[in-house]
Amino acid sequence: MQVESFQYDNKTVRNFAIATIIWGVVGMTVGLWVALQLVYPTILNLQPYFNFGRIRPLHTNAVIFAFVGNAMFMGVYYSLQRLLKARMFSDVLSKIHFWGWQLIIVAAAITLPLGLSTAKEYAELEWPIDIAITLIWVVFGFNMFATIIKRRERHLYVAVWFYIATFVTVAVLHLVNSFELPVTLFKSYSWYAGVQDALVQWWYGHNAVAFFLTTPFLGLMYYFLPKAANRPVFSYKLSIIHFWALIFLYIWAGPHHLLYTALPNWAQSLGIVFSFMLIFPSWGGMINGLLTLRGAWDKVREDVILKFMVVAVTAYGMSTFEGPMLSLKNINAVAHFSDWIIAHVHIGGLGWNGMLTFGIIYWLLPRIYKTELYSKKLANIHFWLATLGILFYAIPMYWAGWQQVSMWKQFTPSGQLKYQFLETVTYMAPFYAMRAIGGILYLTGAIIGMVNFFKTMSKGTLEANEAAEAPALEKTYKKHDGEHWHRWIERKPTPFLLLSLVVILIGGLVELVPTFLVKSNIPTISSVKPYTPLELQGRDIYTREGCYTCHSQMIRPFRSETERYGEYSKAGEFVYDHPFQWGSKRTGPDLAREGVGNLKKSNTWHYNHLEEPGAISTGSVMPSYSFLIDDNIDTASTPLKINAMRTLGVPYEANYANKANADLMLQAKLISDDLQKEGIKVAPNKEIIALIAYLQRLGTDITKK
Amino acid sequence: MGVIVLLIIVSVVVAGGFLIAFLWSVKTGQMEDDYTPSVRILFDTEVKLTANRAIKKKK
Repeated sequence: MQVESFQYDNKTVRNFAIATIIWGVVGMTVGLWVALQLVYPTILNLQPYFNFGRIRPLHTNAVIFAFVGNAMFMGVYYSLQRLLKARMFSDVLSKIHFWGWQLIIVAAAITLPLGLSTAKEYAELEWPIDIAITLIWVVFGFNMFATIIKRRERHLYVAVWFYIATFVTVAVLHLVNSFELPVTLFKSYSWYAGVQDALVQWWYGHNAVAFFLTTPFLGLMYYFLPKAANRPVFSYKLSIIHFWALIFLYIWAGPHHLLYTALPNWAQSLGIVFSFMLIFPSWGGMINGLLTLRGAWDKVREDVILKFMVVAVTAYGMSTFEGPMLSLKNINAVAHFSDWIIAHVHIGGLGWNGMLTFGIIYWLLPRIYKTELYSKKLANIHFWLATLGILFYAIPMYWAGWQQVSMWKQFTPSGQLKYQFLETVTYMAPFYAMRAIGGILYLTGAIIGMVNFFKTMSKGTLEANEAAEAPALEKTYKKHDGEHWHRWIERKPTPFLLLSLVVILIGGLVELVPTFLVKSNIPTISSVKPYTPLELQGRDIYTREGCYTCHSQMIRPFRSETERYGEYSKAGEFVYDHPFQWGSKRTGPDLAREGVGNLKKSNTWHYNHLEEPGAISTGSVMPSYSFLIDDNIDTASTPLKINAMRTLGVPYEANYANKANADLMLQAKLISDDLQKEGIKVAPNKEIIALIAYLQRLGTDITKK
Repeated sequence: MGVIVLLIIVSVVVAGGFLIAFLWSVKTGQMEDDYTPSVRILFDTEVKLTANRAIKKKK
């Protein structure tokens, strides 16, 4: 057999490693800032660009797509080449992938504080960036599949299977969820509305957790954990079984984010069943990881890399136990919308993704730099700061969540709600402060790690092209000269199939989505009418400011909620909501019926509250939105927006776009006159007027006859 | 709820793709050996270019 000499590309691995470290520290710093905004709201909210609602998405996007994303690519580029005994297919594609991804991150870091947001969680980036993500993702996938095709190792190790699943599924999720109608260069409306949008969003949202944060990292675990421990994985058979089980189950779990909402019950039940079953493959992976260390626990005591990995796998086990439990209706009824969920996701994020990432970097950097780690002691300090950081973060938040929900749901003996919402907010302050301490610990650890990594890099020299040798893959066929390039792909059924799947899906979606979705958006409640132009502009301000990061618009059918917020939400009320704004967290109260019943407030109240929330509600953690008083409504966009909505099936009459601004000014004048009566002078064309109009509209439809 | 039809179609297509991949992998013997792959990944013999070449030439 002919032994071939080739070289592994370590430079791309190194580049992704540096990006991981830097973006990690940046993303965590923004996270700490966001956390502290809830403790010092008046000092740390710098309106408009750095208000909570705008930089909370910056934090989530940075840690998911910049920190974990780059870590994934770092690990994949390192392990894939070695598992397949082949250099990455194309250095040019690797370079495009690396720099393209960094550009996307920079674009996100600029556009999110500017308020350019689709207001769909973890998919906030606007349509031009969505297209860029698609292109770069395809570059990554092509580079990976082409490497698989020219591999020298016939057997695909389980990690490679995880990488394949990651690529295919994330591509599909991103395409389906990002289906949006551009209105201007940086504004689009989700193609779906209301319940449908919610379902697509959380189908995407949960699978982003599954296929961006979990499957690639399981692949990495199956490579780097055995490597670091220098022993084979506990059961290769188990790894194969749990891989196939995991990917078949995960894709159905999304609706557990929408339990007790206006989503049809059967869809909720479907989500619950699959979510619960997920505990088996998830724990299969966790057990397999931990048992790999059987008989080697003495190594864990000595080796800081293994310590990182053990905590990571343990955190994975904990959050994948908690996940199925939280998917049960009775538990979800309590935990949903509360700070419990924040603790849950940080066990996964800081524990599973963070600790595994750091473990991998500590293992891999000295190897590609042909040197020793700069300081084992600093690495140990990093480990303990990170581990304590996770505990100091999670425990106060679990406690806070429990306390918060108990207060939300508590009644007095006479049947009144015992606590005002604001009381539950002020009660959270010490917990939020404690959580920030956990964040400081974890971030300090990461910075110490960063110093250690850079010192290690300057100590050694990068072996950009690492020599390797392997026998060529035995051909099962004989290639003849001058054959067409296509013959090459025809012999590789799997990659060909997967690539064509993506192509087919794009085509299919473009055909399918518009035709039957627009039709099914037809209202079922006759009193529900489209938003007026002013309300529509106000709604766009609501989405721009990220109000959904703290306020839900979904009243679940519990007495504790209907007493506090009014009649429970109906599916038919959201048919014109592109995008839906149900939210997932109640740092502030639900706003679904802000405009009716006992929640209805005067225009003056809204004006004063938006200008200075703390002055109206003492102890409020809401940022000030006084800039809305100065900024003008972008009336030039009104006709475009009305026309876009018409395309999406919202029944504005033909040519309404031309009259829309006249109606807008008429309604704005009424509000500004009303404010004037109370001595507030504000021109009708100011943004605050539009936002007030939208808030006053919320939930009013079903009370109209 | 038209979108659920879309999601189910998309999900089934993805699952179907994985099913075909699974069948392919079984057929081509990817799953036959459920032990050595786990050991093989541990051996990344570093290639010392000069030394190795010399040994090979001797053989």
